[in-house]
Amino acid sequence: MRYDVAIVGAGVCGALIARELSAYNISVALLERANDVAMGTTKANSAIVHGGFDAVTGTLKAKLNVKGTALMPKICGEMNVPYRNNGSVVLAFSENEMETIKTLYDRGIANGVEGLEIIDGARAKELEPHISDDVVGALFCPSSGIVCPYELTIAATEVAVTNGVEFIRNCEVKSISDNGGFYTLGTTAGDIEATYIINAAGTHTDEVARMIGDSSFEVISRKGEYYLLDKSYGYLADHTVFQCPNYMGKGVLVTPSVDGNILIGPTALDVSDGKDSIETTPEGLSTVVERAQKSIPEVNLRGAITSFAGVRAHLASEDFLIDWSAQSERFINVAGIESPGLSAAPAIALYVKDLLKEKLELSEKANYTMTRKAPVRFRHMTKSEREALIKKNPAYGRIICRCETITEGEIIDAIHAPAGARDVDGVKRRTRAGMGRCQGGFCGSKVVEILARELGVEMNEITKFGGESKIIYERTK
Amino acid sequence: MRECDLVVIGGGPAGMAAALKAYEEGIKDILILERAETLGGILEQCIHTGFGLHYFGEELSGPEYADRFIEEIYKTDIDIRVDTMVLNVSADNVVTACNNFDGLLQIKAKAVVLAMGCRERPRGALSIAGCRASGIMTAGTAQKYVNLDGYMPGHEVVILGSGDIGLIMARRMTLEGAKVKAVCELMPYSGGLTRNIVQCLEDFGIPLRLSCTVVKTHGKDRLEGVTVANVDKNLKPILGTEEYIPCDTLMLSVGLIPENELSKNSGIDLDPVTNGPVVDEYRETVRKGVFACGNVLQVHDLVDYVTEESQIAGEGAAKFIKGEKEYGGYISTKGENGVRYIVPQRINKATDKDVKLYFRVGKVFRNVKLVVKCGDEIISSKKKNKMTPGEMEYVPIKLETIKALPENGVITVTIEEA
Repeated sequence: MRYDVAIVGAGVCGALIARELSAYNISVALLERANDVAMGTTKANSAIVHGGFDAVTGTLKAKLNVKGTALMPKICGEMNVPYRNNGSVVLAFSENEMETIKTLYDRGIANGVEGLEIIDGARAKELEPHISDDVVGALFCPSSGIVCPYELTIAATEVAVTNGVEFIRNCEVKSISDNGGFYTLGTTAGDIEATYIINAAGTHTDEVARMIGDSSFEVISRKGEYYLLDKSYGYLADHTVFQCPNYMGKGVLVTPSVDGNILIGPTALDVSDGKDSIETTPEGLSTVVERAQKSIPEVNLRGAITSFAGVRAHLASEDFLIDWSAQSERFINVAGIESPGLSAAPAIALYVKDLLKEKLELSEKANYTMTRKAPVRFRHMTKSEREALIKKNPAYGRIICRCETITEGEIIDAIHAPAGARDVDGVKRRTRAGMGRCQGGFCGSKVVEILARELGVEMNEITKFGGESKIIYERTK
Repeated sequence: MRECDLVVIGGGPAGMAAALKAYEEGIKDILILERAETLGGILEQCIHTGFGLHYFGEELSGPEYADRFIEEIYKTDIDIRVDTMVLNVSADNVVTACNNFDGLLQIKAKAVVLAMGCRERPRGALSIAGCRASGIMTAGTAQKYVNLDGYMPGHEVVILGSGDIGLIMARRMTLEGAKVKAVCELMPYSGGLTRNIVQCLEDFGIPLRLSCTVVKTHGKDRLEGVTVANVDKNLKPILGTEEYIPCDTLMLSVGLIPENELSKNSGIDLDPVTNGPVVDEYRETVRKGVFACGNVLQVHDLVDYVTEESQIAGEGAAKFIKGEKEYGGYISTKGENGVRYIVPQRINKATDKDVKLYFRVGKVFRNVKLVVKCGDEIISSKKKNKMTPGEMEYVPIKLETIKALPENGVITVTIEEA
């Protein structure tokens, strides 16, 4: 079969593009080299829906950020993805930094950000009682929010697959040949034919572009390290607390997550040890803590439940590159999607759809959906809802993850969902099983057992995140 | 709503001993709620021997030790629900639990025994830099894979932390044919029992590296190696001492945390040092009618002591249900000079028997005096040749001493030079 469109990369952009395109009478394949969606930049970032005052006015970043941020509550609502409009503050620690705040304010106004306000230290302290006494003022942005980036991606993929998009995992594109009129993509999952290619391969977009002879850009992989603190530290911040940006990024932030944890980070370091390096470093992690304590002195590593690193795709141009390749009339690059890429993603999907529309006729399907039913969330239910649920399906009465109160029924749902979980981390991202303070110490082996049973394989075939990430080996003698 | 005299949360050694003792004391309407598929708790995966030397005077494996209690329980009409998770304990002792056969259960209890045990400290809490590869797991998780599920969790193993589970797993993995390359311990002493260091490491030639930690993990999919380094007096890695050890598995045995989410959510006061509830001599928490025992109260070194402690809690709960538990003013207890904590944290002046004060020390002590005081008055003084953080200690306090102490008095246990 020849697809009309092959999307390379199932990160937040690839998945949202797939969702948009799934409404039309075209055939679409979503190709992902990993064992699951959201495995690159999407799974490890600050999870912020930015107001839109950072990006330079007139850039694609600025335009799509403001538009994407406005769209975010709607699409999260449609797909039952956790989103919270918590607002943000950018702290200034000196009069010098107040100048930066003024610049950000002016830029925000020019970019069309609504509700921005420059506030004094006392008002900042009112908004966020735990910030440092050294704060002299801040920029308050009520429109910014927080979202769960991988759940957004998972949901978008589910919608796309429900509408007929083919999701192909473990499918790394190794070569592309143009047969005139259509491409053949040589992948680790076999050859795939497609008329159009949308290159949303994250930190690897430049490599994929080079496969068709487009070497017009180079992606610099930039690493950010983070700590996640236990929910009992959730009181530390309600708004997203930024520091004044410098040339390497937005500084270290302290923010609540949609699940009520506290996230601190990131550092910003150009990666030298391979594009996909998500190793944390002792220096990076201690930098995160020191800098976060500058904003909120009570930040404390005793509350750390995990640390992680993510990579973002940076271009020398400092802007997103979303356009037809100069090398081909059937190849769109979606490159350099670093911050505010998550915020912009809903707008990026529309932008790419409009690009494609220039060449490919898009007529709406008779039947499609843009919504996803809310997954069962036992932990958020009332007593009577729980009773009814367990009566309907007893698997919801068996709690597997005690820290987060996740039931066997929810795990089974996650495995059998469209483009469902195939590994332990996939179950974790879909259900939160293993994401609590014991980090899977108790439920990890139970999740392996359930995955093996539901997928009809042996326990020792189950991996942490695909590839060779085996959890256990052969049977004991 | 179902009503019940005594609900015991947790069917491990603590819960079983408490239930049996309460039963023996005349409380027949007892319900044990256990989240695993069987009674026995963590003992079920502890197939090594060394259990029961104190309590039974013989050496048993974990499952054998548990079986002694399981058999006793089945001789009674104590009600049991396994595969059942308790979700909440309300301030008026309504226990909410659920499973896949009863659905949602709500039980109004006259008394509750908290016996949820403890969990292992995970990797995240340690902030080891490096990769996200598979093959990094707690020693207890590895123990479950190898002993209960029958799978090898790894072939080339480094163990971080010399707690007892880590030591036991060093031997276990070696017996299963894996190569245990090192056990690294951050502190200058082991956190485990001396007998385990001898029987699990020395007998198998497994190196124990003290003042040494894992500074980085390496590998993309599965773990490929770890970098270890020696640490200085402040426990900071010493530059230049790094060594790369190839391995596919890093097991963590870096401490146990009493599992007190239910207690916390229920509003029961916890001791910041033990991370367990504050209790009196019958192991009654600050909430009347709620008792706690076993590793949820304090991390024990030997299950035999868990049994003893849980019998005290079971007896206390029975007295409470029968309306025989007397309440007077409280005497509080306090550790000093290297005595990290005392359990119980307070003693009811109206108590009716001698009390043992349990504690652990914060570092290794040799040839010292263990002194118990109230104000300036010395209650007892005993010479100790050696005390280590890995082993629980206790001092007895006579009933007449308690009766003679002033209300609101403080008993201090301290270490002095011999």
